Amino acid sequence: MSKKEKMVHPYIPNSVPEVKAKMLEEIGVKDIEELYQEIPEGLRFKGEMDLPKPLLSECALKRHVEKILAKNQACEENINFLGAGCWQHHVPAICDEINQRSEFLTAYAGEPYEDHGRFQALFEYESLMGELLDVEVVNVPTYDWCQAASTSIRMAGRITGRREILISDTVSPERLLVIKNYCQPVMVLKMVKHSPGTGLMELEDLKAKMTSETAGIYFENPSYLGFIESQGQAVSDIAHENGALCVVGVDPISLGIIVPPSHYGADIACGDIQGLGNYLSFGGGHGGFIATRDEEKFVMEYPSRLFGVTKTSVEGEYGFGDVAYDRTSFGVREEGKEFVGTHAALCGITAGVYLALMGPKGMQELGKTIRQKSQYAMKKLSEIKGVKAPLFDSSHFKEFVVDFNETEKTVKEINASLRERGIFGGKDLSRDFPELGSCALYCVTEVHAKDDIDKLAQALEDCLE
Amino acid sequence: MRANKNTRLRNSFHQAKWDEPIIFELSRKGERGILIPEVEKEIEESVGDGISTLPENLVRKKPPALPEISQMRVLKHFLRLSQQCLGADFNIDLGQGTCTMKYSPKVNETFVRSPKVAALHPLQDESTIQGALEIMYQLDLYLREISGLDHFSLQPGGGSHAILAMTSIIHAYHESRGEAGKRDEIITTILSHPSDAAVAAVKGYKVITLYHDENGYVEVEALKKAVSEKTAGLLITNPEDTGIFNPKIAEFTKVVREAGGLCGYDQANANGILSITRAKEAGFDICFFNLHKTFSSPHGCGGPATGALGVTERLRDYLPIPVVEFDGEKYFLNYDLPHTIGKVRGFLGVFPAALRAYAWIRSLGAEGLKEVAQVAVLNNNYILEKVKRLKGASAPYAEGKHRIEQVRYSWEKLTEETGVTTEDVTCRMADFGFHLWSSHHPFIVSEPFTIEPTESYSKDEIDEYLEGLERIVEEAYENPDKVKNAPYNSVIHKIDHSTLDDPKKWAITWRAYLKKHKKK
Repeated sequence: MSKKEKMVHPYIPNSVPEVKAKMLEEIGVKDIEELYQEIPEGLRFKGEMDLPKPLLSECALKRHVEKILAKNQACEENINFLGAGCWQHHVPAICDEINQRSEFLTAYAGEPYEDHGRFQALFEYESLMGELLDVEVVNVPTYDWCQAASTSIRMAGRITGRREILISDTVSPERLLVIKNYCQPVMVLKMVKHSPGTGLMELEDLKAKMTSETAGIYFENPSYLGFIESQGQAVSDIAHENGALCVVGVDPISLGIIVPPSHYGADIACGDIQGLGNYLSFGGGHGGFIATRDEEKFVMEYPSRLFGVTKTSVEGEYGFGDVAYDRTSFGVREEGKEFVGTHAALCGITAGVYLALMGPKGMQELGKTIRQKSQYAMKKLSEIKGVKAPLFDSSHFKEFVVDFNETEKTVKEINASLRERGIFGGKDLSRDFPELGSCALYCVTEVHAKDDIDKLAQALEDCLE
Repeated sequence: MRANKNTRLRNSFHQAKWDEPIIFELSRKGERGILIPEVEKEIEESVGDGISTLPENLVRKKPPALPEISQMRVLKHFLRLSQQCLGADFNIDLGQGTCTMKYSPKVNETFVRSPKVAALHPLQDESTIQGALEIMYQLDLYLREISGLDHFSLQPGGGSHAILAMTSIIHAYHESRGEAGKRDEIITTILSHPSDAAVAAVKGYKVITLYHDENGYVEVEALKKAVSEKTAGLLITNPEDTGIFNPKIAEFTKVVREAGGLCGYDQANANGILSITRAKEAGFDICFFNLHKTFSSPHGCGGPATGALGVTERLRDYLPIPVVEFDGEKYFLNYDLPHTIGKVRGFLGVFPAALRAYAWIRSLGAEGLKEVAQVAVLNNNYILEKVKRLKGASAPYAEGKHRIEQVRYSWEKLTEETGVTTEDVTCRMADFGFHLWSSHHPFIVSEPFTIEPTESYSKDEIDEYLEGLERIVEEAYENPDKVKNAPYNSVIHKIDHSTLDDPKKWAITWRAYLKKHKKK
């Protein structure tokens, strides 16, 4: 901004000197400085912030930002097999169209009148998820699966009045870090072992660890390591016999072909909606769901907003509003259930659009396609000398562990070679699961053509030679 | 064209009203919204149908009862719903006080929608995400300048989430000194955000809430009485939701520091004080900024968002992992923080919000940020002057003083004299295409309303909004029923709230509604 003529920034209309002067006059002060007189001199920032010179024109800003972003190599420009909780699925064009609508993008917390559309879209999201999960209650999304699992666990603690939670040791390590921090110091975590061969939960270990203080058992299905936990009913039976709850984290995109947790006795289901029409966005497309049956003692323990349908003064008109708002921290602060605030509503609206497009058939076909492609990938990779896929002798959905131990190469080395060939190999598990040695978690979805999988197999063969 | 040139008000406004059914009512058996890529024949031949190899007990026999709708009809449905929602791009969004409803520049949307962002996986090798890491690192540096603190994490997914991280750091800090058991109290003020109290309770703390005096100020003496060897920390907003700046804030932090506690600054909204006053000079150990408020990332109906968390040097090792660092040549992720609280959110946070904040700061520079703050404060005090002149309205506390970025007003007198409440005014404002928020917990100010104009709206727009308030006040005194029966021109009419608190009647999903209200 030149000293002679001060630039009026396009984002700040009342910078126009005449307007400023007029407004100051109305207030009855000479200078904007006078408006800050309540801030003592000692607290005033005297220096100049060391920030780069502004890029005042949109054109210059665009050039600058795009130049930085060009340093990224996107999954679209390569063949990507990374998943591990952030999944590359096809995003329908209609999801994009709705997601970027000014009305939804720039709304926040309007009233049920002028923001009727926001309320209805989120009520529909809850309802569509309710069908997928076969339950009556789903929340307005929380931040992500990590938070959804953490809150589900705290809900189990409050519902049972107990403080211990058992957790399967095959859950996502990252999720476990979030859960640990969220539970500390109120709840105690104990890990339940898995069978090394199948990955499935050791039921004897589960039984041994159940006490009269156990609030619940939390496991993921499909597990973080990709296999499907087939003993869901047995796990929830053990929990219920001990007065504990069964809490299951689930990938919703699997539910077109795989039974939802409510069918095998889960009391609370949770998970992530990123895969339902939301982009990877470097991990920015997540939203967490929590789902239960419609029982007062469950509903009253949700910290989240729950939008419900009601009527208005006009016959036949739908209205929407907050169900049991007084349980939230907005109303009763530390007496409320955990806390509520800005979470991931737009991801919820987008996931609603996705499920409406997919319909029952779409979800079924999608599940089938994903399973066929991932099975094909496992088969193909296992044909390579020294490679075993899957590591666990169980059924899998879209993710699976590839065992490279016999190749005597590290995943890091293998992934570096793959990158040279335009392929992002699976997530290196050697840091989080050192006992597995050289293993990687691969993710195959509907976006992968047979050709992509064949290319991966060929590239692995080449770089393992 | 507006017929009446003497008013700025949109007298003929009517919001879109499509009487759009619930999505399930649109279902027609057999219709499809989108098709799935077909599996190649060779794959089918090689592995079979994908289902019959699943254990029998896991196969979902009955597909989920989702609606069956053709593509254009789905599009139309959600476009219509969107038209029944007033974002900041449509209304003059001054009435959502405390939330900083400013302009979210459109050019920044083009950045986040680029495949270079949208198709970027957070677990990619560092060599392939240098652009994203550069943005995060540079934003960290900018926020250090703006706050005076030393390191930032962009991981928390919103303001309350940042409070969670902040409180977790306070807990971990005392634990590392063997004092976590002893220090079990968090102090806050009643006009700090409800989450400051609520999150402290999540982390097992006893919450001590300080109240202000009749002028809206919390006395240092009250704080001195509250602190003890049990004090873990202070969580406080400043300026508070009244727009009143606590001039003794440095004494507050000193009292808590001397008692061995840490001081956490809730700067969810820092719009009026950018480059005017900072966390550092006020003596805070931790602070956070909402990138979706002060730093322009759009609110998205309530997220995804970011609460960027800053700490002083001595607390750096407590931050959530990983943090982004730079070795002079390349950016990298550092997971090695000895006292880390672990994580509060998956991966690296909401990168699109960080990118928009980065672009917004770059477009304004230091001088521009100061102009943002100054104009936001100018706009606010202009409105204060005008609202004070409205019959029935008042601005409780700090009489005769200027406010920072917002003011919590009261319709108490209007309600006494006409029976018209804040909720009624809220409903009537919708008839002119405005939004006035009804939620201002705690309800200490009776019949509250909070206006925060930010820097984004022109004087003309502000005057239009004020004229709306003026008109409704006139109506309240002349014909209160007119206001009480509103809205007339909004999407729907007065809602029946009674079913929403009754477990027998509430319906959080369509299937619950059918079960409880449509007996077949």
